[in-house]
Amino acid sequence: MNIDQSKIRNFCIIAHIDHGKSTLADRIIEKTGLLTSREMQAQVLDNMDLERERGITIKAQAVRIIYKAGNGEEYIFNLIDTPGHVDFNYEVSRSLAACDGAILVVDAAQGIEAQTLANVYLALDHDLDIMPVINKIDLPSADPERVINEIEDVIGIEAHDAPLISAKNGVNIEEVLEQIIIKIPAPAGDQEAPLQALIFDAIYDPYKGVIVFFRVKEGKMAKGTPVKMMATGAEFTTVEVGYFGAGQFIPCEELSAGMVGYMAASIKNLNDTLIGDTITNTVNPCSGPLPGYKKVNPMVYCGMYPADGAKYPDLRDALEKLKLNDASLQFEPETSIALGFGFRCGFLGLLHLEIIQERLEREYNLDLVTTAPSVIYKVHKTNGDVISLTNPSNLPDPSEIEYMQEPVVSAEIMVTTEFIGPIMELCQERRGTYLGMEYMEETRALLKYELPLNEIIYDFFDALKSRSRGYASFDYEIKGYQRSDLCRLDVLVNKEEVDALSFIVFSGSAYERGRKMCEKLKEEIPRQLFEIPIQAAIGSKIIARETVKALRKDVLSKCYGGDISRKRKLLEKQKEGKKRMRQVGNVEIPQKAFMSVLKLDDK
Amino acid sequence: MRKQLGLYIHFPFCIQKCQYCDFLSFPYKKSIVKSYLGSLYKEVQSAALSYNEFDVSTIFIGGGTPSLIEPDDLQRLMEVVETSFHLERTGEITLEANPGTLTMTKLKAAQKSGINRLSIGLQSCHNAELKLLGRIHTYEQFLEQFEQARLAGFDNINIDIMSALPGQTLLDYEKTLDCILGLKAEHISAYSLTLEEGTPYFDRYDTEKAKYLPTESCERRMYHLTNHKLSKKGYNRYEISNYAKPGFESKHNIGYWRRENYLGLGLGAHSMVDNIRFTVTNKLDAYLKFWNQSNQERDLAKLYYKDKDHLTLQAQIEEYMFLGLRLKEGIKRNEFCKNFGVPLDCIYQEMISKHIQQGLLKESKDRQRLFLTRRGIDVSNYVLADFILE
Repeated sequence: MNIDQSKIRNFCIIAHIDHGKSTLADRIIEKTGLLTSREMQAQVLDNMDLERERGITIKAQAVRIIYKAGNGEEYIFNLIDTPGHVDFNYEVSRSLAACDGAILVVDAAQGIEAQTLANVYLALDHDLDIMPVINKIDLPSADPERVINEIEDVIGIEAHDAPLISAKNGVNIEEVLEQIIIKIPAPAGDQEAPLQALIFDAIYDPYKGVIVFFRVKEGKMAKGTPVKMMATGAEFTTVEVGYFGAGQFIPCEELSAGMVGYMAASIKNLNDTLIGDTITNTVNPCSGPLPGYKKVNPMVYCGMYPADGAKYPDLRDALEKLKLNDASLQFEPETSIALGFGFRCGFLGLLHLEIIQERLEREYNLDLVTTAPSVIYKVHKTNGDVISLTNPSNLPDPSEIEYMQEPVVSAEIMVTTEFIGPIMELCQERRGTYLGMEYMEETRALLKYELPLNEIIYDFFDALKSRSRGYASFDYEIKGYQRSDLCRLDVLVNKEEVDALSFIVFSGSAYERGRKMCEKLKEEIPRQLFEIPIQAAIGSKIIARETVKALRKDVLSKCYGGDISRKRKLLEKQKEGKKRMRQVGNVEIPQKAFMSVLKLDDK
Repeated sequence: MRKQLGLYIHFPFCIQKCQYCDFLSFPYKKSIVKSYLGSLYKEVQSAALSYNEFDVSTIFIGGGTPSLIEPDDLQRLMEVVETSFHLERTGEITLEANPGTLTMTKLKAAQKSGINRLSIGLQSCHNAELKLLGRIHTYEQFLEQFEQARLAGFDNINIDIMSALPGQTLLDYEKTLDCILGLKAEHISAYSLTLEEGTPYFDRYDTEKAKYLPTESCERRMYHLTNHKLSKKGYNRYEISNYAKPGFESKHNIGYWRRENYLGLGLGAHSMVDNIRFTVTNKLDAYLKFWNQSNQERDLAKLYYKDKDHLTLQAQIEEYMFLGLRLKEGIKRNEFCKNFGVPLDCIYQEMISKHIQQGLLKESKDRQRLFLTRRGIDVSNYVLADFILE
């Protein structure tokens, strides 16, 4: 098969969450006839259950479509869907590296939002050409003219010929398709040069082994090509190459410069393929690897434990498989007195954590206990050592600590002017430092704050949404570390310290947090046969206490003899509840109690 | 020896539904009741054919308010039962009664038709509490009818009372207890109010529990006071909520806890015969329609439903434990072994020793019997849940 490079377009769609990226992708696929409308299921590209349910894109997905243009020529479009949430910038960045251009979808009513900007900057970093599209023109509040001006003013790209579309209703999709040919450049690259291909994703298939997704930059790869992963040094013989149909792999003879596709080579060891690595030909290698991606480091850590201790190896396998196409996920074994064997896992943010947790539970059928998330603190010891602390339990004795530092982020919050007050108040509560404010237009402003990361990893996003009635949008990047007065808050249940419940907190909020933590745990821990004190402590000093009263009554006094099934159901439910408990000392603690620190904000 | 069967007959009609009640019942309407009883007679006759290898040892006519049945109809019902089933001559036959509905004529008719035990739902001796519960009678009415029942010849009477009512104080409850004790009934069922989902009480009090319902410690004191006062007067607490003078324990109810065979007739009635549990439909229309059809048209699948499967050995074992332990005498090791072919401790040793250690279960001196302690009764669900196997 010989394909004219000038007839290929590799592009992605970027947008702020909810601006209609996945819907536009669906329409493009539908219009080009890859799927009949009968086969169309909303959000074709989002094929993880979780993605459809939450209406968001988590993993990058790719699909090849054939488009017969107005000029009579046939084009190959490789459309790569990208996630929209800040937590997944890394994934976005991976997808961008496989593209030559990006469609920027902007909501005709809401205009530019924080993540619109973040994604545009990412795309510009990758030298992509950007083609704006104004979506949701069917909304009564749509104001395309204003949004076009905003794009030109704020981003500085030409937007007056941007297609005005309604992806939901399929309006003006043809115009988008025609513009792709004009505005998105064809890929460059020499088919005859030595093979150089960038890995942007990988999945594990039980029959084919690891399936690697890549973009060929130079040269070509065919069935039988001997290949080498440049970073890991692993060598394979290609067993299958192909491209992406809708929801399926379609094998082909070869993939040449400019093309996007996959390969399988009976790769069994998950560690042999690194996302961002360069594939080359073993016999005729290229001169050096492609730049790859900036390595991203996890920002949030938490302990993950199998609810059933015997499932520890299963959890390890599951994490290894997830890591295969999620390089930002990190984990290492740890032990907790309360929870047994598990892993300390690193994530890009709290949503990332939740997604991984849900994927482990759904796709791998694991029942998990997750501890409170923590950021990485830097502990400067009196002897000059500096420790990066990811697990509060490992905090050295206070007498050995000179001082501690915590990560801070610079945050940009886009908000309509009426909510500036409440949002500033929220940032103050979260120890934010005001950096400035810019008016985007009369009714919208961009607030800039410096915030400690540990103040935003729990529930900042929810608080932001609720205090702005959903109108605020938020983006942040890590700025560095600052010295801070921090301490570890321990929790004692029935006088025994529960290591999995400890967390690091700003000293000024320790009392408040300790009190709320005890209150929350009092709700979560069911009454048992004896009285259970719950205490919060800093070092040896108790700062808060609640008591779970002893269980005095749990009896079904009336029991209508004949109907046994009702009584049985009641007891089964109770039994099920007991199974979900963790025995700490002689107290049974429900699994969800370990996450209760997350829900301390009561506004 | 012929097999024995307890018979339960359901009469699902009330003048007014009590505020806390979640049993199956409908408003009392003469025409519907007439056609219901017609259907019930047919069901009795038909069931008797299927269970002719059984002797009926106890009968319980419950509801609803079965004491609403007119004297003639009550006699007719008992006649149909007697002529269809093999009744044991010394059998216990109970009629559930609501104090607002008994008359001398009715009591005499009941007595004549073979009913030898009454179970009267008094609940409280305070008229304000009765009104709040949605009961249709006063305490004075109850006293009068209790007296008449004695006169009519009933020498085995149960009285139901309730504790932990909204607004009830310990003193209020003690008064109810004292009043009841003065009557010298043979049997007393003392329940504490449970808020059942779907009842008006649940909707009203569940959210504002704290405000109106007695505190937990007060509720516990009521509970313990019941035991204390009743035992002093010679009542034996033979089950978690049931007290009786010696020899007056309800045989019918003990049958449920001992997993003896019972057959439920009438709308929504539950049965367990030879380890098969089944339930009559709880849809009144469907029930009436079923018995109005000709024999050929009747499709039993439309009348009975739910788990009409044979209980697994595991389910039988679990039931044996969580039902048997409600009884004061508890469960017996040798009986367990005989019934199920495995020693009790092979299955439950860990659970049993855990609960004995915590003082919730106790063994008899010869280690044959295992039963709940007083503390164990208080938290019995906590204990019994452990006898549900994986």
